[in-house]
Amino acid sequence: MPQFVWQMLITAFLMVFAIPSLTVDAILLFLQRNFGAVFFSAAQGGSVLLWQHLFWFFGHPEVYILILPAFGIISEIIPTFSKKPIFGYAALVYAGIAIGFLGFTVWAHHMFAVGMSPLADAVFSLDSMIIAVPTSIKIFNWIATLWGGKLNLKAPLLFAAGFIALFIIGGFSGISLATVPIDFQVEDTFFVVGHFHYVLFGGTVFALFGGFYYWLPKITGRLLSEKLARWHFGLMFVGMNLTYFPMYILGLSGMPRRVFTYSMAQGWGTLNLISTIGAFTIATSVLIFLINFFTSQRKGEKAGNDPWDGQSLEWTVSSPPPAYNFAHIPVVSSRRPFWDQKYPPAGGQPAARVEVEKSNGERFSKGSFYPIIVALGLFIAAFGMIFSFWVVLPGVAVVFYGIIGWFREHF
Amino acid sequence: MGQESTASLEITSMGVDNRKLGVWVWLGSEAVFFSALIIVYIVMRNNSVSGPFPRETLNVSLTAVNTFILICSSLTMVTALSAIQSGSQRGLWRWLVVTMALGLAFLTGQVIEFTSLAHQGLSLSSNLFGGTFFTLTGFHGAHVLIGVIWIGFVVARALRGGYTPSNHLMVELAGLYWHFVDLVWIIIFTIVYLI
Repeated sequence: MPQFVWQMLITAFLMVFAIPSLTVDAILLFLQRNFGAVFFSAAQGGSVLLWQHLFWFFGHPEVYILILPAFGIISEIIPTFSKKPIFGYAALVYAGIAIGFLGFTVWAHHMFAVGMSPLADAVFSLDSMIIAVPTSIKIFNWIATLWGGKLNLKAPLLFAAGFIALFIIGGFSGISLATVPIDFQVEDTFFVVGHFHYVLFGGTVFALFGGFYYWLPKITGRLLSEKLARWHFGLMFVGMNLTYFPMYILGLSGMPRRVFTYSMAQGWGTLNLISTIGAFTIATSVLIFLINFFTSQRKGEKAGNDPWDGQSLEWTVSSPPPAYNFAHIPVVSSRRPFWDQKYPPAGGQPAARVEVEKSNGERFSKGSFYPIIVALGLFIAAFGMIFSFWVVLPGVAVVFYGIIGWFREHF
Repeated sequence: MGQESTASLEITSMGVDNRKLGVWVWLGSEAVFFSALIIVYIVMRNNSVSGPFPRETLNVSLTAVNTFILICSSLTMVTALSAIQSGSQRGLWRWLVVTMALGLAFLTGQVIEFTSLAHQGLSLSSNLFGGTFFTLTGFHGAHVLIGVIWIGFVVARALRGGYTPSNHLMVELAGLYWHFVDLVWIIIFTIVYLI
């Protein structure tokens, strides 16, 4: 299975098992707001911490829901653009599973400052730091894959390299935050904002743009301009560091987050100005990406099936791929089946067996409107839960109509 | 779409039909949902600053009868499944209807219980015990109701002869859900009423 698919599988498990906690939290809040329940009212014996525990039991796995797909994208890009097999395939998968599992056990590290017991603080602190181990395994494997490879320095690899550098900086500040005394000092300051933007912007967003440049030619059939892509990467890399690095310094000097103003006497003006300039630099780089995308759709070079000399099976079908690409699940006996088919390994070993039966579209499954009806009903119900209770009922009715219709379509 | 025409699309490399796999994963998610509600109940039930309190309000014997009814409904569900496995169309829909009736009996018992608790002044907003108790048992009751409706759809199809000894996955999936809801109730009964 490709690395990306492995990481998406782990992500799917995290979503299925983390989100119910948020559901329960939201239900309790709904009952408190609309029906006078007292779960979070301290005067009635309730506890505000109950909200935080249930929220972060969802919220911490959620950050891995955001980063594991990025890890998967990076694990696809790096071997393709290094012309090497991925280093430590199994280790990358096990590390992803370890991160997914440990992610459920560290939620209270978001709550050190609320006054839990010193023992609880210590346990959650140590536990959080353990996550650095599987994460480092991934980073070392990516670097080992790049090592000695024939690097093809196109946009996807630029973004992947940027991802590794920025994610390491974000990770280091994460370990600092997992240390309870440091957390007490910088809790609710811009240091925290700097940390999560380094891991989620430097991490996830860079990986997503890398993924766009890697797979958009497959999706649309047109290559993007490499020149504009380099401008996009350069400006975004500089802009990202200009925007978020000053936040670490601002946080250490005590600037609180969630407060929109501050006194000039604090001396935070210059660093905030640098941040603002950085934010506009990022916006410019995204504008360049959009221009690149829309112009390439009209004038871009045809991508062909395999623009990057790829290793996995998506590069065997046409760009854009047909609506129903493979008639049967392909049987593969190699971790980079397409590569081994193009370049059979030396030493008389048999070439990898790839049985790909292209579909003629006959088995194209029908689309359905019911999922979007369910989504509409959920929107109406959620709107009602927040603003006006009686709107919930028609929303729930629409949800049930959608679910039953969807069900009957298939069975 | 009939089951036969799509059968080849549902094969997985894990040796289990992907619809059954999907139900298992969904029930795993439901297990987290009920775990969270049960934990909230355990943490909060003794924190009420004013009554009514659990010991003076809960009618354990009424609920014990209700629990017995729900356990019996799991048995009748198994009987329905084994009926269609041995080819008995009649056995299938009859035992499914008995299962539905037992589910409705359980819900009736719950309505009686809730009414009597309300007369004793317990409500969602009365205190923490009321809030956590009605949230937990109410959501379980909603799951039983949805199970009854689901089995109703299965009965409607069973009456048209829609299931065969080799093709009755929908009966099995409804059964999985029904047993899950039953199991959750046994845990709730133990924690809320017995401990």
